[in-house]
Amino acid sequence: MFPFNFEWIWDMSHMVFMGGLWFALTILGLGMTYCVIKAAIDAAKGKGGGHH
Amino acid sequence: MDDALIPKGVKRCPLPEFLMKLGPVVVVLIWGIVAMFMCWFKGLNQTNMNDSYGFALWIWADLTVIALGGGAFFTGLLRYIIGKDKLKNIINFAVLVGFICYSSALLILAIDIGQPLRGWFIFWHANVHSMLTEVAFCLTCYFGVLTIEYLPLVLENRQVDQVSFFHHLSHNMHEVMPIFAATGAFLSFFHQGSLGGVAGVLFGRPFAFREGILIWPWTFFLFTWSAAAYGPCFTIMLAKITEKITKKKLIKDDVYALLAKISGWMMATYIMAKIIDTWYWAVVTAPSKGQGFMEFYSDNAFYGIWILILEIVVGGVIPAAILITRKGRSTPALLMIAVVLAVIGVSVNRWVMVLQVMAVPVLTFEGWPMYYPSWQEVATTLLPVAYGILLVAFSYRYLPVFPQEAELNPIDLESDETAESVTASETADAKLSPAKA
Repeated sequence: MFPFNFEWIWDMSHMVFMGGLWFALTILGLGMTYCVIKAAIDAAKGKGGGHH
Repeated sequence: MDDALIPKGVKRCPLPEFLMKLGPVVVVLIWGIVAMFMCWFKGLNQTNMNDSYGFALWIWADLTVIALGGGAFFTGLLRYIIGKDKLKNIINFAVLVGFICYSSALLILAIDIGQPLRGWFIFWHANVHSMLTEVAFCLTCYFGVLTIEYLPLVLENRQVDQVSFFHHLSHNMHEVMPIFAATGAFLSFFHQGSLGGVAGVLFGRPFAFREGILIWPWTFFLFTWSAAAYGPCFTIMLAKITEKITKKKLIKDDVYALLAKISGWMMATYIMAKIIDTWYWAVVTAPSKGQGFMEFYSDNAFYGIWILILEIVVGGVIPAAILITRKGRSTPALLMIAVVLAVIGVSVNRWVMVLQVMAVPVLTFEGWPMYYPSWQEVATTLLPVAYGILLVAFSYRYLPVFPQEAELNPIDLESDETAESVTASETADAKLSPAKA
């Protein structure tokens, strides 16, 4: 899973598989981080918020 | 008792009645949990799996719920990426169904691996040459996406929404939802496909083996296609069942009609591709591997040609023909028949690709090994069904799952009983409001 794992090899299979996994996890992580931080700022500012 | 938690503008039965009705489901849930712990503590000898059936009822259930849960990614794709705005009225329910299906798949896998405490090995010590590793990655990540898609619905609960942070969090998550939906579609494409690919690359089993493009056998594309086609049918079927149980119209007919039409055309194109694939496999692929077509459907106690007809004609051609016609999809009885047949069709397809593959003899001295699940396998397979019913029931009661419900079922304020309920609800609402600065 990580380059420091003993079985890690820098080959195409590891880059494709692990690249895909980390790509998806990064999008989800960044997306949720943005939502949480923005929600905290909006709540602190006392914004009304819209309906969805 | 719980009026303050019930969404505004809708009516629910009293809490004791609600809990009483869920009693039998809880019994099934407990039965499944007992069987689950037996499998964990005593081991996989509690199952009827053997050397012939390394994959059995659990893996069939896994592949089936993943295909049926495909309604979430495909409806999300249509709603957020392609812009079918009308589907906003069913997307919450599609996400709920998808969340249940994928959490069930992960639960079943947690039982099936026998050593759940080592479940993280598939990530930490990943075998990057296995399609199942890709399935595990995509399945877990997509479950994360579904959780993210389900969370705003939970945050929109009447009381939770009053907390400013949660209100804004829900609002912000809706704003970036197209990004999550696109990620979900990407992940779904690959894990649905790889589940089909696992069967298609079995060159030692002519019943499953298929040719294809580069490393991907045709089954890769057929599985993704079928999940997109049949998944929405499962969403429609469960929504209709929910309407029957609640005795309410929850979604307008034009929403059903749109989803059914798209699903019908997806199914029609899929079933044409499936027929071509089956024909080519029967006359070219399987004979080239040394087996004739009828060898797969004879000389055994269960697998006859009927299963192929059930999968392709009854569960494919007929529902597709109903759903692509305006009259078919707009007639409630025909729509229900079509979605039920479609659900049967995709379930049979997954059964064939998991269990019949294992049953067909590949060596001259082999017979057809038959498989009957143990009660522990049956109980643990029914466990997710019970859990799903409970989650749908609680979500329906406390969350705004169906945006059109209030409009379609206006509360009669002249009724004393309802008026009391609304008043009690409003009073409780006021009591539970957060203190104002």
